[in-house]
Amino acid sequence: MTDTAAPVSPGVSPGPYPTRWKRPPQMIKSRFWRYALAIGALVWLVLALGTIEVNWQRVMVGMERGQRFIAGFLQPDFTTRWRDISTGLIESLTMTLTSTVVGVLISIPIGIGAARNVAPGWIYAICRGIIAVSRALQEIIVAIFFVALFGFGAFAGFLTLTFATIGFIGKLLAEDIEDIDESQAEAIRATGASWFQLINYAIQPQVMPRLIGLSLYRLDINFRESAVIGIVGAGGIGATLNTALNRYEYDSAGAVLLIIIAIVMISEYSSGYLRRWVQ
Amino acid sequence: MSVIDIPAAERPVWHHRTPLGRLAIYAGWLGLVALFVWCWNIMTERTMWVFVYDAPHAAADLASRAWPPRWSYMDRLWQPLWDTINIATLGTLLGIVLAVPLAFLAASNTTPSRMILRPVALFCIVASRSINSLIWALLLVSILGPGILAGILAIGFRSVGFIGKLLYEAIEETDIAQIEAITATGATKAQILNYGIVPQVLPSFYGISVFRWDINIRESAILGLVGAGGIGAQLQASLNVLAWPQVTLIILVILATVVVSEWVSARVRHAII
Amino acid sequence: MLTVDKLTKVYKTGDKALTDVSFTVPKGQVVGLIGPSGAGKSTLIRCVNRLVEPTEGTVRLNDLDITRLRAGELRRARRRIGMIFQEYALVERLTVMENVLSGRLGYVPFWRSFTRRFPGEDIAKAFRLLDRVGLSAHADKRADALSGGQRQRVGIARALEQDPELLLVDEPTASLDPKTSRQIMRLIVEICRESGLPAIINIHDVVLAQQFADRIIGLQAGRVVFDGPATGLTEAVLTQIYGEEDWTAMRQAAAEDEAAEAEQRDEAKKMMRAL
Repeated sequence: MTDTAAPVSPGVSPGPYPTRWKRPPQMIKSRFWRYALAIGALVWLVLALGTIEVNWQRVMVGMERGQRFIAGFLQPDFTTRWRDISTGLIESLTMTLTSTVVGVLISIPIGIGAARNVAPGWIYAICRGIIAVSRALQEIIVAIFFVALFGFGAFAGFLTLTFATIGFIGKLLAEDIEDIDESQAEAIRATGASWFQLINYAIQPQVMPRLIGLSLYRLDINFRESAVIGIVGAGGIGATLNTALNRYEYDSAGAVLLIIIAIVMISEYSSGYLRRWVQ
Repeated sequence: MSVIDIPAAERPVWHHRTPLGRLAIYAGWLGLVALFVWCWNIMTERTMWVFVYDAPHAAADLASRAWPPRWSYMDRLWQPLWDTINIATLGTLLGIVLAVPLAFLAASNTTPSRMILRPVALFCIVASRSINSLIWALLLVSILGPGILAGILAIGFRSVGFIGKLLYEAIEETDIAQIEAITATGATKAQILNYGIVPQVLPSFYGISVFRWDINIRESAILGLVGAGGIGAQLQASLNVLAWPQVTLIILVILATVVVSEWVSARVRHAII
Repeated sequence: MLTVDKLTKVYKTGDKALTDVSFTVPKGQVVGLIGPSGAGKSTLIRCVNRLVEPTEGTVRLNDLDITRLRAGELRRARRRIGMIFQEYALVERLTVMENVLSGRLGYVPFWRSFTRRFPGEDIAKAFRLLDRVGLSAHADKRADALSGGQRQRVGIARALEQDPELLLVDEPTASLDPKTSRQIMRLIVEICRESGLPAIINIHDVVLAQQFADRIIGLQAGRVVFDGPATGLTEAVLTQIYGEEDWTAMRQAAAEDEAAEAEQRDEAKKMMRAL
């Protein structure tokens, strides 16, 4: 037995060991910066909360509306505006599908071009530029421009969603291609394959399941977005919702919202299921 | 000369897939094409092609009117920009406050009631996720009247679903061994949460929150379109009077904000994880 | 003293993990629980502190029937049973000190544990235990910054911080190299001897079990097939537990490891003296 160790038994006196311990700071080591950040955050919070102006009279009126909205949500009215709702829904669904298909088709070459390991420098720069622009611009802002150029309706929405899909799929696809197992690509290169054969044999098998998964995911997102861009005139169910809210028809609005939630839930579960089945 | 000589009759024919499998895949693609064409026809039924053919001309016209941006308008943008950042940040905080309890109710390993509270929490999360912040803003503006408050609530309500979903998934992925070890010391439920689960999900929690804040900056920039305050209101006003040079400037400002917030969020996430 | 009587565990799937397991561990005895994987060793250990609910039978710790306790009482019983885990099971993102102090969770109210303001004697005890396992310099490090052997030492300190009346040890050496394994086993057994602490050590390495345990219990398909002193583990018994295997060769290899290590130690001592 070691003679250096103190005997371990319950209830032994503390001995010479310290009886205080403080958890060392984990993230910000300097005491000054910890206090500075805390005070800064506090000051900001006070300032930010101070900018909120609430018109209580307006809120009182609004509360009554809020109650009506909740009532409308609980007792949705699908029938009165069914023609508007169904047109909007069909527009949204068709817009979603077509824009996802076209967007994915366009984003494949762009995604390949934006992968550093398979594309030459200047193509890489162009494709990354396209992706950056598409990602930085909000769907809504793009929709405003497309509505201004192509007129109101689903076609502007289709273009908006296609444009947004390009940035989304292009970026993730490029990252996937950059992450592939290099040894497989090397093996194919070693057989003397051309560039297209390289893409076909080394890249495609590795990224295909992910690409299908991403496309299904984007289908999901595009439907959700299609419900929004209608607000600025790009067609779809968002336009129906906007009209219903402008007319204060909360029961119809509740119906539209419930339909959106239901479709998003269904598409989320089925796309999750499909993705598992594909991969 | 091939290295391996096999008599022609015995040479096996190699196919990538079985004939039936290939047929099914072709049928699948064909079905997709048919569906696409069908959808395309329905969608473009009401499209005015005149506008579409005219689009290049309209674009050139718009570009000539929108350039150069009206820089002097910048003076009037600082206040809305500050509002936009506040909407995003306060909204994110609200979302976090609401999402954390929901996530613990929704995670299958921490929920106190599997039959009642968990489905309710999951429904709240899905409902919040399905409704875009702009639609939330639309609703809230019609209830509360225009202003920052509607924007903050809209951003908050939308963030609940996003943060809640990612957080409850992180809670469900925690290492059981660590929780078991804390349980074995005789800790109470609250202590198990505090010592076994929270330290494990804290890094993803920070990551998710900062990520959502970054998204919220983008979203709060356009909430003004429906009256929920911030720089979007200026955009709406400029669009209404067709002041395109102002629109250009506002979009440039939004782009710059987005780029900065993305950079900040990437830096912070990098520092935390 | 721990008494396990006619313990049976049937999982929901219908798998029978334990059948009629009975044994008694007196104060100060170190029991090695051996058996092939799937024999129910891990289930047995977890039935003692009810991390796994036993289906039938009783577990008594010093006349307290653990199997009958309700939630609050079970927590108070659990704090008297220290547990050391396979793969350490430390909370990786907490500091070493917090991990050791987490052994006091059953004794302190929530606000103390939440604010990390543990009573002074708990903190002193934690420092002493860290010193005892040779980690006093690492108290403020995060647990995931330590090596495997160091982490298991923290695990030991955490279990002892509970002031346990019984130590449950689940595969303490599963992910350690042979030398560190022996050091960890030696440490656990030493500590048990120092304080007369009974322990059940669940271990798949027969040679280590024989070397360190006073008594061996062999499980096979959920039943006790051997219960006796380590010297009683004959070739026939081992074959009954594990099936055919070249036991002599395995022992020889282990003995060589041990000899090499002893030699290294001697060398180190000589060098120390030379300095």
